[in-house]
Amino acid sequence: MDMSVTLSGVRLDNPVIPASGTFGFGYEFAELYDINILGSLSFKGTTESPRYGNPTPRIAEIPQGLINSVGLQNPGVRGVIENELPRLKACFSKPVIANVGGFSVDEYVSCARLLDMQDCVGILEINISCPNVHGGGMSFGTSPKAAAQVTQAVKRAVKKPVYIKLTPNVTDVTEIARAVEQAGADGISMINTLLGMRIDIKSKKPVIANKMGGMSGPCIFPLALRMVYQVYEAVKIPIIGMGGISRAEDVIEMMLAGASAVQVGAANLVDPFACKNIIEALPAAMEKYKIDRLCDIVGGAHDGN
Amino acid sequence: MKLAEFEIQTNKKIARDVFEMTLCGNTEDITVPGSFVNVKLDGFFLRRPISVCDVQDGVLTLIYKTVGGGTEQMSTYPAGKRLSLLTGLGNGFDVSLSGENPLLVAGGVGAPPMYLLAKRLIGQGKTVSVALGFNSVKDVFLADRLERLGAAVGIATVDGSMGKKGFVTDILPQSYSYFYACGPEPMLRAVYRATAGEGELSFEERMGCGFGACMGCTCKTLAGNKRICKDGPVLKKSEVIF
Repeated sequence: MDMSVTLSGVRLDNPVIPASGTFGFGYEFAELYDINILGSLSFKGTTESPRYGNPTPRIAEIPQGLINSVGLQNPGVRGVIENELPRLKACFSKPVIANVGGFSVDEYVSCARLLDMQDCVGILEINISCPNVHGGGMSFGTSPKAAAQVTQAVKRAVKKPVYIKLTPNVTDVTEIARAVEQAGADGISMINTLLGMRIDIKSKKPVIANKMGGMSGPCIFPLALRMVYQVYEAVKIPIIGMGGISRAEDVIEMMLAGASAVQVGAANLVDPFACKNIIEALPAAMEKYKIDRLCDIVGGAHDGN
Repeated sequence: MKLAEFEIQTNKKIARDVFEMTLCGNTEDITVPGSFVNVKLDGFFLRRPISVCDVQDGVLTLIYKTVGGGTEQMSTYPAGKRLSLLTGLGNGFDVSLSGENPLLVAGGVGAPPMYLLAKRLIGQGKTVSVALGFNSVKDVFLADRLERLGAAVGIATVDGSMGKKGFVTDILPQSYSYFYACGPEPMLRAVYRATAGEGELSFEERMGCGFGACMGCTCKTLAGNKRICKDGPVLKKSEVIF
């Protein structure tokens, strides 16, 4: 039985990757288990300058998920390189995915360039889809032209594979996917969170200080799956599929839709062993569904496969 | 931090909207007063962070207020039911800084963590004063048990139905070596202003994970950004920004 997958030449022992923003820089989880069992790890979204993020409350519960409005809190790319990556490397020896946020093309480029030079980084994941920041983030991910611009500029500045993280908050996600593929993206990560809201009916005010935030968790899985399925038909570059994955069966389903690997997000926040449990449950699930090599099932649900 | 299954032993109402639950399980990571556990409830996605009131011989005591659907459901759980808990979360109070006659100040459901704190301090031979604030006599709990531990307990109620009429800041003793406070933010702000010396304040915030991964509960302090769940919930008075 073979669980390994390959993303743009980077071989992963298995397709399971904790999603950015739900796993910090790994070391909180390394207190609980050896995180080297993970396929890879997408670390906390990093911007050129340090960011405090949004006011609290930043979290609201929804049926089968949560809304977050953290707003890209991070110590800035230099702080990440100086303080966080050494701690990450001390507990994780595989290539990691560097998640890059930004508010202008220049900012994406300078942050990506610095992270590209770090030896522990295997893939750059460019977040053009954060719903929680104004004047950047998602605004790049909702316009094919702007998405292509960021992709092209980052590609020119770095050597490592560039994956563009797409937002579901668009009318036609395949249009954005095609634009970033044409601009030279090596792959696509999808989906980021869906813009949502809760109102506290006691206080009659929004629960989240920023009023709205990004929905994640099992409740968004069918939507994420549908979008991955559509984008698989629209592009040839590999897709890292994410959105509500919490069981080994979800991994198989997402790969059948067209994902070459998957990320697990919200599940980590309620069960810190979620990724470990999924990885350990995969062999039995593969046996049950008669899958010998996991990489063979990518896109298997599409007609003609 | 530990992920463990606990079995409910008792779960009963002890004051208006306030319940006490005792649970049996692996408590070895619950060591510091002022730490909390994160409880998984049926049908709710996020866990519920609840402060540790007491821990002894593998029995964990939680006192919680019903404030929404999750805690309301929790209040109906019968003995014998098993719950998934993340234990040993948060930094807790620093008992080494207490001095000889520390003051413990709490409002409402800020009171539970003061029980284990008082127990530890009294165990070290300290002279402990406790100032408790509630809205009314119907809301009062733990005062008798804190007295039995050997603490000098003062009570203030907003409506004057028990103890002194007023706020907890109206009953603070003249002198104390250090203070520990836990309660709603307006109370913490009042205590911050009413106290002259050094101390620690335990804060509350809506959390995602409860163990430092999601950055959902960050606050600004004079010592930089802190995650209430991991770098807190207890902050030193000298670093708090009010």
